[in-house]
Amino acid sequence: MIGNFPYLVVGILFVMGFIGLVFERNLVKIAIAMSVIEAATNLFIITLGYRTGGSIPVWTMAGGGSSRMVLPTPQALTLTAIVIGLATTALMLSFIMMIYRHYGSLDVRDIRRLRG
Amino acid sequence: MKARIFFLISILVVGGLLWSGLQAVHPFGLPNGTPMDDYFIANAQGEAAANNVVTSIVFDYRGFDTLGEGAVLFTAVISVAALFRKRGHN
Amino acid sequence: MNPLSVVARTVCNLFAWFLAIFGIYVIVHGHLTPGGGFQGGAVVATFMAFLLVAHGGEKMQSWVRKDLFTLMECFGLTLFISAGLLGMSKTFFFNFLAKAGGVFGGVLPIGPNAGALNTSGTIALMNLSVGIEVVGGLSMILLYMFSAAHPQEPMGREESGHDR
Repeated sequence: MIGNFPYLVVGILFVMGFIGLVFERNLVKIAIAMSVIEAATNLFIITLGYRTGGSIPVWTMAGGGSSRMVLPTPQALTLTAIVIGLATTALMLSFIMMIYRHYGSLDVRDIRRLRG
Repeated sequence: MKARIFFLISILVVGGLLWSGLQAVHPFGLPNGTPMDDYFIANAQGEAAANNVVTSIVFDYRGFDTLGEGAVLFTAVISVAALFRKRGHN
Repeated sequence: MNPLSVVARTVCNLFAWFLAIFGIYVIVHGHLTPGGGFQGGAVVATFMAFLLVAHGGEKMQSWVRKDLFTLMECFGLTLFISAGLLGMSKTFFFNFLAKAGGVFGGVLPIGPNAGALNTSGTIALMNLSVGIEVVGGLSMILLYMFSAAHPQEPMGREESGHDR
């Protein structure tokens, strides 16, 4: 089980982000917890593609590590996932700013009724 | 008190689901299906003429996903700009 | 937003240009070393954020305009799509400039080597266009969110064209 330590870290990070998302009252803390969940997912995708004793999949000045390279496809997918996470976080924070301007507080329990 | 019990039960449920889901993944360091990635590593210099295999995947072998990502970034910027306009724009 | 102290401003004036040069290096060498369009664009956007934090909002809005970043972002995305459409004789996004001679068409030896800049066809073109787009986009997000958080700063330039 110790050999699969990165997967354990991914699970712990995901549970911490989930706790922050469901049980917090401040809107900014909810946005931070969502960012933690995205980080856990990206870490999981990257650690799926590791080969023991491999080096980075780049041929420039590769030297001795060119015999065994890690898988490059999960890294390419993680690039796209990080940019999408950035777009989501930027829009979430913009909406939090607009909600604060309209309601005057950042507490989730005060924003429950739809007001004009 | 009820909130605490609900908290503990939900943590146990989510943690248990994650634990059982992560058992089905291959052991760390020994991936399963690698024929596609071996092809990319062996042929990226010949076909795409680039040293960096990850960049050649992102822009050449799977360039369509990068087009979608550019569209997502563009949409996010346009949405932020449209959200913060001033009154009087009619 | 108030500018920071003299020490912070001096350090910013000295070291912000290293950020810009490093970001452009990461964008241009995207097909040789780890990096590429998105990563280098994020580094150059950090340069803009550094200037904004150290010098304050008023000076920043007197230096840059929002129209410039809108133009950069749209130009980057248009160049990216047209680089994909130009190889349309075989498929969409065909790498028609690789190993063909000319500006971006060099040949690399197989195996570990030192790398040369004029290789890899449309990949280098797409790196530059995505870098320009990400710089424009992230700086625009930064400037819009800043001007919404501090609404009492005078922003005269962008309202000058509306006479409705």
